[in-house]
Amino acid sequence: MQAKLPFSQEISNLLYAAHGNPVQTCIQCGTCSATCPVADFMDYTPRRLIGMIRADMKDEVLDSNTFWFCASCYHCTVRCPKGIDIAGLMYGLKRYSMWHGHYQEGLIGPVFSEAFVKTIMGSGRSYEPVLAPSYMLSFNLREFLQEAQTATSLMLKGRLPVLPPRIRHLEEFKRMVERVIPLGRTS
Amino acid sequence: MKTYALFPGCSLEKIALSYAQSAVESARLLGVEFKELADWNCCGATAYFHVDELLAYTLSARNLAQAERENLDVVAPCAACYKNMYFTNEYLKSDPDLAEHVNFALEEDGLHFSGKIAVRHLLELLAREVGPEQVRQRVTNPLEGLRVAPYYGCQIIRPRKANEDVEQPQFFEELLLAMGAVAVDYPYKLRCCSGSLLITSRHAALSLVRDLLQCAVDRQAAVIATACPLCQVNLECYQQQVNQEFGTDFSMPVMYFTQLLGLALGIPPKRLGIGSELVEATPVAPYADRVERAA
Repeated sequence: MQAKLPFSQEISNLLYAAHGNPVQTCIQCGTCSATCPVADFMDYTPRRLIGMIRADMKDEVLDSNTFWFCASCYHCTVRCPKGIDIAGLMYGLKRYSMWHGHYQEGLIGPVFSEAFVKTIMGSGRSYEPVLAPSYMLSFNLREFLQEAQTATSLMLKGRLPVLPPRIRHLEEFKRMVERVIPLGRTS
Repeated sequence: MKTYALFPGCSLEKIALSYAQSAVESARLLGVEFKELADWNCCGATAYFHVDELLAYTLSARNLAQAERENLDVVAPCAACYKNMYFTNEYLKSDPDLAEHVNFALEEDGLHFSGKIAVRHLLELLAREVGPEQVRQRVTNPLEGLRVAPYYGCQIIRPRKANEDVEQPQFFEELLLAMGAVAVDYPYKLRCCSGSLLITSRHAALSLVRDLLQCAVDRQAAVIATACPLCQVNLECYQQQVNQEFGTDFSMPVMYFTQLLGLALGIPPKRLGIGSELVEATPVAPYADRVERAA
């Protein structure tokens, strides 16, 4: 029987699928960390995370907030001297951790992504009021009130939708999705 | 008059309605007609890619296939919609195996992707293809003296597509100059607005927004111009929360570049959705008044 792939190889394979160079080519120069506007808020900087992947520190990597704090701005990707698609790598890690149900407790990212995708699967379009509970419930009281205040201002200016939008070919759309993910319906 | 399929995206239906209105109005005066894509679905934002890549490509491909059926190139006003559609188009064209998988799913809706149309962002279309020269000729209400920070944000410029300049693009500045405005040298013009982190990692996101606003203040910009609904919402609608969080007193208007363009072209402010801001657009009032007086 074939030996199990090391974590670093699993992640590199994901990156090939996303049209990027594998993490093994990283020279640890730190350009990504210096470029990243969110690096200060991450458990590990992008450079460090890549080093940890290469050292097969699977649990430490998956338990970190680093990839869930990536906003997908691709600034690191365009600057990497080795051509590694680092933002693509962060996406790969998000998918890997979602599939394996292995992520840091208390993060809103995975819960929100799931709620978002389910909303789209149900109606074809995004609708804020349905999504809000997936993140507002984990806010503290002050954050909750601030968010409610912003929503009220937007509503008064007529900038929030009242009715959930949906596409016309919804049945065909759902059947199309089932051909990609045959997991039954979400609504 | 050249016609394009407009992919509005979910934001432009309501929260960024003024972007949709001002885009259609301004483009028409520049010889561009938009036809809304028939039964478009959400582009997937960033969330689909967190869950399943094939699903993400399929959903963008459904929109592309509908534009193909109309035989029209597609234009997206949102940076994330644009990035998703542009790269889906490129990946499917270069990977027949992926295209076959996606087309198998599209059959369910009677659609087929063949890769025969192009995807553009609205800013690219107006700033590069229509171009500053044509804009300059059509300007009737030059925005003289208005200091505008050109905020490109992330996904219009990145990832890189070919060998274009991803460090110092100038086409936004050139468009602002064509409107008669002053293009402020805005060092954070390519820095991330924090995207969906405002929902998932609030504290980090608010401090990113604070830095962008502070930079605009430091450069004495009167208004920030954006070309993406998410950038606009993050910088404008969360300004009050930034002030509460950090004890700042920002009051920086954040407008869609098409609203400024519309004013320069002499379109009445109401038709450009001006008035639905949370941070009042006081610095553009004199230019708006001029249009109203002329009308």
